[in-house]
Amino acid sequence: MSGVRVLVGTRKGAFILTSDGKRETWDVSGPHFAGWEIYHLKASPLNPDRIYVSQSSGWFGQQIQRSDDGGKTFEPVGNEFAYDGTPGTHQWYDGTQHPWEFKRVWHLEPSLTDVDTVFAGVEDAAMFRSTDGGNSWGELSGLRGHGSGPSWMPGAGGMCLHTILIDPTNPDRMYIAISAAGAFRTDDSGASWKPINRGLHSEYNPDPNAEVGHCVHRIAFHPSRPDVLFMQKHWDIMRSDNRGDQWHEVSGNLPTDFGFPIDVHAHEPETIYVVPIKSDSEHFPLDGKLQVWRSRTGGNEWEALTKGLPQSDCYVNVLREAMAVDSLDSCGVYFGTTGGQVYASADAGDSWSPIVRDLPAVLSVEVQTLQ
Amino acid sequence: MIRVALPFHLRTLAKVDGEVEVSVDGPVSIRSVLDALEAKYPVLRGTIRFHNSSERRPWLRFFACEQDLSHDSPEDPLPEAVASGEEPLLIVGAIAGG
Repeated sequence: MSGVRVLVGTRKGAFILTSDGKRETWDVSGPHFAGWEIYHLKASPLNPDRIYVSQSSGWFGQQIQRSDDGGKTFEPVGNEFAYDGTPGTHQWYDGTQHPWEFKRVWHLEPSLTDVDTVFAGVEDAAMFRSTDGGNSWGELSGLRGHGSGPSWMPGAGGMCLHTILIDPTNPDRMYIAISAAGAFRTDDSGASWKPINRGLHSEYNPDPNAEVGHCVHRIAFHPSRPDVLFMQKHWDIMRSDNRGDQWHEVSGNLPTDFGFPIDVHAHEPETIYVVPIKSDSEHFPLDGKLQVWRSRTGGNEWEALTKGLPQSDCYVNVLREAMAVDSLDSCGVYFGTTGGQVYASADAGDSWSPIVRDLPAVLSVEVQTLQ
Repeated sequence: MIRVALPFHLRTLAKVDGEVEVSVDGPVSIRSVLDALEAKYPVLRGTIRFHNSSERRPWLRFFACEQDLSHDSPEDPLPEAVASGEEPLLIVGAIAGG
């Protein structure tokens, strides 16, 4: 019997939502780690019972938790994230240089090939790897050693490495994104990195076409076609057909191209989803109408998906980690809001219903398709 | 034995109820008590003081015997009442946020 498990990170704990393949009725478990910020949970694609959790607190710092029974129980593992060597400095909000300081783990990405290997994207931006199930962590310091680090700067949410994509056809190749530095690619398992921001244009930058300094909010690909990348930039929806070497804008007819998440249909590599947000000054949907927009053409031509979503007086946000898809025959799409709702669509976005309505602000949503 | 009162979230993390007790060989100071606490409950490493510097996290304070010891040297001797187990060392989270 197939089913889905939705892993939800919130400002005040983690929740696990489960359903069978029909996705009509849901069991809600949680809060796990009540009172802690849960930036991200993600399960290993090799062992669906292995779930990694980023648990953090302004008071008590960072914890990493691991479950080996599908989220029934968790055990704390290693929480020491030490930058390699002298951490150096990056650009601060006022343009001065500021020391690199570890704050939290934004994203955990389990390996596609080894169940005990997991990558962590952290604030201040860096990438770490564990090869022992999260018990110990080492920095992949070639990223910060790229040379452009002193020009990276924090966005309003901090200088976070929030996206990690591993190429299923070539595990040595990974993509990451940093707010506000941009996107980077490694072709040698993280030893060296190349900025891949050509074609991005950020008008608020002194050099709008700079090699780094872009506020990339999210990148996504379809696992069957990892050379084609989609990006939600601060403003603009972008597409690359050559592993990020060159980007072009595909915002098309979107009513606003500001937003945070972007994701790809599980079975249709040209079908992508975004949640347009009014502006970077007003982080809520346009006209109080919560809408997912879908393109079936890989961008440029977009349609609003509104059935079941509030179309008046809705002023929530949808954060960058808070959208995911399942891989059941009829692709399920999920997203969470800062108002605590988690919406699900079992028909690829045509209609939506809330799984839960009153959680703490949702930071992240991941989905496991269980066989 | 030295008594230590942890804030709620650290009690949950360490899976303990109420105060915890640790034994310290030699001088009883903030540092030696925290060393003993972290040895007994490794999950607390990094939660009260930073891994890299061993400095107190800014939103935590240390109190004992109605004194704020947060800005004392971590090597300073703790009050005799703490060393004798008569009074606990209180680790308190700042009241902040919603």
